[in-house]
Amino acid sequence: MRRARLYALPTLSRRLVPVWRRNFLVWRKLALPSILGNLADPLLMLFGLGYGLGAVIGTLEGTSYFAFLAGGFLASSTMYAATFEALYSAFSRMHVQRTWEAIVNAPMELEDVLAGEWLWAATKGFAAGACMFAVVSALGLARWPAALGALAAVGLVGLAFAALGLAINALATGYDFFNYYLTLVLTPMMMLSGVFFPVEQLPTALAALAQALPLYHGIELVRPLLAGRAPQAPLAHAAALAAYALVGYYLAAVLTRRRLLV
Amino acid sequence: MRAAPPAPAVSARGLRKRFGAAEAVRGVDLEIAPGECYGLLGPNGAGKTTTLRLVLGLAEPDGGEIRLLGLPVPARAREARAAVGVVPQADSLDPDFTVAENLLVYGRYFGLRDAAIRARVPALLEFAGLAGRADQPIRALSGGMKRRLALARALVNDPRLLVMDEPTTGLDPQARHLVWERLRRLALEGRTLLLTTHFMEEAERLCSRVAIMDGGRIIAEGAPRELIARHIEPQVLEVHGPGLERWLARARGLVPRVERAGETAFCYGTDVAAALADVAAEPDLLYLHRPANLEDVFLKLTGRDLRD
Repeated sequence: MRRARLYALPTLSRRLVPVWRRNFLVWRKLALPSILGNLADPLLMLFGLGYGLGAVIGTLEGTSYFAFLAGGFLASSTMYAATFEALYSAFSRMHVQRTWEAIVNAPMELEDVLAGEWLWAATKGFAAGACMFAVVSALGLARWPAALGALAAVGLVGLAFAALGLAINALATGYDFFNYYLTLVLTPMMMLSGVFFPVEQLPTALAALAQALPLYHGIELVRPLLAGRAPQAPLAHAAALAAYALVGYYLAAVLTRRRLLV
Repeated sequence: MRAAPPAPAVSARGLRKRFGAAEAVRGVDLEIAPGECYGLLGPNGAGKTTTLRLVLGLAEPDGGEIRLLGLPVPARAREARAAVGVVPQADSLDPDFTVAENLLVYGRYFGLRDAAIRARVPALLEFAGLAGRADQPIRALSGGMKRRLALARALVNDPRLLVMDEPTTGLDPQARHLVWERLRRLALEGRTLLLTTHFMEEAERLCSRVAIMDGGRIIAEGAPRELIARHIEPQVLEVHGPGLERWLARARGLVPRVERAGETAFCYGTDVAAALADVAAEPDLLYLHRPANLEDVFLKLTGRDLRD
């Protein structure tokens, strides 16, 4: 492929809509187990750690440990849902079922497929965050109207991890390949980004590393907004997430072209 | 004043495509007129599928020029594909959807409105012999039904050109005949058909013109009858069984040309009556007398070695 085409900026066209709708139609058929899966894991962790550890820890940064964790899990469950969709589900459609191949036989470009997958995986992430948000609100932990800002931040987290996931997907040789990304990248990120404890607890060098991670920026927005407080430097955090989303999507576009447009 | 001849449905000049060190397509010229049924034949690895991908604008050529329904490819391939239907080699139906949902979702990729697609679904299913199965899941379909659904899916946009990569591979004879019959009907409707196959019988029955590809090049092109007449003797006598060597040594003078494939001898000639009478007298030999076909041409031109 010519270099100019390989490295061109991807364009967003309305043609991404039928791709998004295709995935939505599949999801609608499997919605119940999907929502359960999105909720069960983080909620079990939240209640287990929140009540169990919370009894030992007491309060943290002026809130209960349960409320502290709730903000973190809102962001991390979004991260995982968007990631899994962009890894396993997108890989099935790209490689196993050859759904992408069928789509580009129609008057569609590979970029249209990729953009639809990006927004779809972000939507899945957002839906997981929104489910958590509903539970947390029902427990009286969301302060309105600032909490709505937390939902917007969840949307950004979804876009960032959907894009990064699609870049990894373009490199995958099989489903097992994703274990590298999950264990070597996402699990450490979960530990470092302030889900379980404030980042300030980390040694200086690790804290600096943590502040470069997308999940950290998501949590720095979601946690205060959920509690009705203004985040510190909200624009910087939002900009960092947007940068991960846009650069990640550019990377995904180049890597996917390199893989499929041969 | 005479009307200008209609623009070709597909035209390609000097098409080249390499994958790393290997050149899969090495200078292919194609010119397919509207309404033609054109077959690309060739052993595995001959470059048939790559040629189709280039024609559809799904891969970028390393050299050559392509026009698809009059539009330059790959520059305007996306627009051109709006009037093309594709039946891919691999089954790429959506396993999570019903039969009708597969058509609905696919039609949306052409920018068609849901109502317009839904209105077309009964006729498409009728055509594919799937009437009454609209709400069945894909896993309930047999291999033949899936192929026919893939064909119906390729017709959702009412295409002028249908591109099919091995449309009947893996089908049983009944299913294959049904697909052939449908393809003939599409050709009668005036659509252009471009297909790859390695079933010579399929090409001979369906195609008005065929090209035999080998090693990334077209090595022969023409109407099936014309190719047979040009490249091979009209009569074939296939002989095998114990005592073949002895018989060959004796009957050598009775047939002008003999090809050996393992334990079988293929005797070609304009008149093989004498050889036929002779072999019929040999109780140990098994034989088959038949007219020459496209497969004989194909094997003569591409050789009898296995291609993997």
